[in-house]
Amino acid sequence: MDLVTFGVQLLNAIQYGMVLFLVASGLTLVFGILGVINLAHGAFYMFGAYLAYWIAAYTGSFWIAMVAGVAIAFVVGLVLENVFIRRLYGRDHLVQVLLSFGLILVIDEAREILFGKDVHSVAPPAWLSGSIQLTDNLSYPVYRLAICGFCLIVAALIFFVITRTKIGMIVRAGAENREMTRVLGIKFDVVNRYVFAVGIALAALGGIVIAPISTVFPGMGDGMLILSFVVVVLGGIGSVAGAAVGALLIGLTDTFGKVFFPSVSSILIYVLMAAVLLWRPNGILGRREV
Amino acid sequence: MSSRLIVSRRTLLTGAAGAATLAVAPALRSPAIAQNAPLKVGLMLPYTGTYAKLGKFIDDGFRLYVEQKGGKLGGREIAFVQVDDESKPEAATDNMNRLVGREKADVVIGTVHSGVAMAMVKVARDTKTLMIIPNAGANDATGPACAPNIFRSSFSNWQTTFPMGKVLADAGIKNVATITWRYTAGAEMIDAFAENFTKHGGNIVEKMTVPFPEVEFQALLTRVATLKPDAVFSFFAGGGAVKFVKDYAAAGLGKTIPLYGAGFLTDGTLPAQGDAANGIRTTLHYADDLDIPANVAFLKAFKDKTSNVGDIYAVQGYDAAALLDAGMTAVGGDDKQRDKMIAAMGAAKIDSPRGPLSFNKAHNPIQNIYLREVRNGRNELISIAQKDVDDPARGCKLA
Repeated sequence: MDLVTFGVQLLNAIQYGMVLFLVASGLTLVFGILGVINLAHGAFYMFGAYLAYWIAAYTGSFWIAMVAGVAIAFVVGLVLENVFIRRLYGRDHLVQVLLSFGLILVIDEAREILFGKDVHSVAPPAWLSGSIQLTDNLSYPVYRLAICGFCLIVAALIFFVITRTKIGMIVRAGAENREMTRVLGIKFDVVNRYVFAVGIALAALGGIVIAPISTVFPGMGDGMLILSFVVVVLGGIGSVAGAAVGALLIGLTDTFGKVFFPSVSSILIYVLMAAVLLWRPNGILGRREV
Repeated sequence: MSSRLIVSRRTLLTGAAGAATLAVAPALRSPAIAQNAPLKVGLMLPYTGTYAKLGKFIDDGFRLYVEQKGGKLGGREIAFVQVDDESKPEAATDNMNRLVGREKADVVIGTVHSGVAMAMVKVARDTKTLMIIPNAGANDATGPACAPNIFRSSFSNWQTTFPMGKVLADAGIKNVATITWRYTAGAEMIDAFAENFTKHGGNIVEKMTVPFPEVEFQALLTRVATLKPDAVFSFFAGGGAVKFVKDYAAAGLGKTIPLYGAGFLTDGTLPAQGDAANGIRTTLHYADDLDIPANVAFLKAFKDKTSNVGDIYAVQGYDAAALLDAGMTAVGGDDKQRDKMIAAMGAAKIDSPRGPLSFNKAHNPIQNIYLREVRNGRNELISIAQKDVDDPARGCKLA
């Protein structure tokens, strides 16, 4: 493999890792801070992609689709938290799995009623639809590069909110010790609601941003859900920085695995996960006790 | 765990639907003379899930043929019983047993998914139930697992891509890289293409695979750019086909390395693939603009009945009914004369919308395979890639 090809594959790996991070960050927030296992995360990712397709088809604008899609997902998240999720804090994980699995079924049916089950595609914004010539016969879509930049901005925003703002302080305190935070008179429950809604909005945002390079199809959330969990477990549950590291590791492993060890590429990321968990049972940047 | 929960919910629904059918059915079932009772056709198709649209079109095609014959085949009334197979192999044996056992279906039509179809074949072999496969292409169904009572009105995976090997060799293409999902259908289609291509002097540079049903192709597209083959041959279907075709175009590879594929790469996916699919050549046993009287008449009738544009799946359902008709007509509607009926079906010559259709000893179709090119959002006919393609039926013991 010459240097240029290596560079291109590295770019592929990083770009794939960025996408994984964007989707997994919402999961790690909800999982780590609220302690809720949300199996429906992949379903919201799929729903976001369908929203992008539907709104973009109506309005002709990808940007409107993005803003409206995220807003809709955020509101849905608030309602769901209020009606269902808040009853589950501190309950057995099995109950949470059951509820969020039910949500998958409901979202799938809703998708079928609203959008049908056809495969769709979404056009990227016109000024991002070009491509850059990399080698004599290979070019790289500008939109994929734009996703990298966008994911970096989102990551920076999440870091900023969590480490530099009062809301972030409450969130961290709540994740550390829920009861104590409540006893101190901090309205942790209200913050919870927003954390959950942000998690759902991030899943949908992932689906929307990825829609133009992926395809919008009914089962698209299933594979992404599993990958997101691998990212979260690998990076350390609840750690946004860990999710970033985990996502990049998986992007690298998957891309170079496909190139160098094609016959076993499908299990390599799980081998990686097992190895990391043997070395650090709480994930790369996970706290010792969760 | 997750899939099992879905199954039980859906199974409950289909069970309820089945019970409802039974409650209505007694009026039809009561006549004492079996021969006057309607022939019960069990449709085991995907009515929900990824392949729901395919199941619907096969169902519509089958019913269209029966309606055109006044609701009778060989003079015998036809009654239907439906089961949703959901494309779930793990539920296939139970569903098939229910159709054959409790519902007492005389004939079973099914299905789309190869894994489900093979489970059905096993039950059909054990219970000697007459079965017609209206889509699933697994070579084994009319290979090692062939049986007198099992027919196929669609294709074998081998059949659809084998002719493409010669097409590419004839076009002067020497080096080809292949890409597909790592599962049976992918392997069978790629191997059949490679078999014919290398026989005609071609060289397979590299066989690339992606785990099924993964859709992250970027690493392999970069690999293609490095290998610089003369062409790429691929098989994907549904959402994977859309994404692969779009990614291939976005990587700019289409300009220097033409993309060829199995027909399913561009079938039912063109609206989502858009311009990215333009110029892609594929082989299949059908083309959207096939200008023969049977096809023109079929497309019109299908449109009148369902207001949808008919496709290959509808044709396969339609032909499954035509094949059953050939058998029923030979025995005057008495399906108890089984050997005679099966012999007539095996010898059937059907004027199908896809062109002339007959059957080999393993009961797989002998049919033309067409070379098509994507133009104007359709798979338009270029030429007949190979006439009367007959699957070798490797491993089939039927003489």
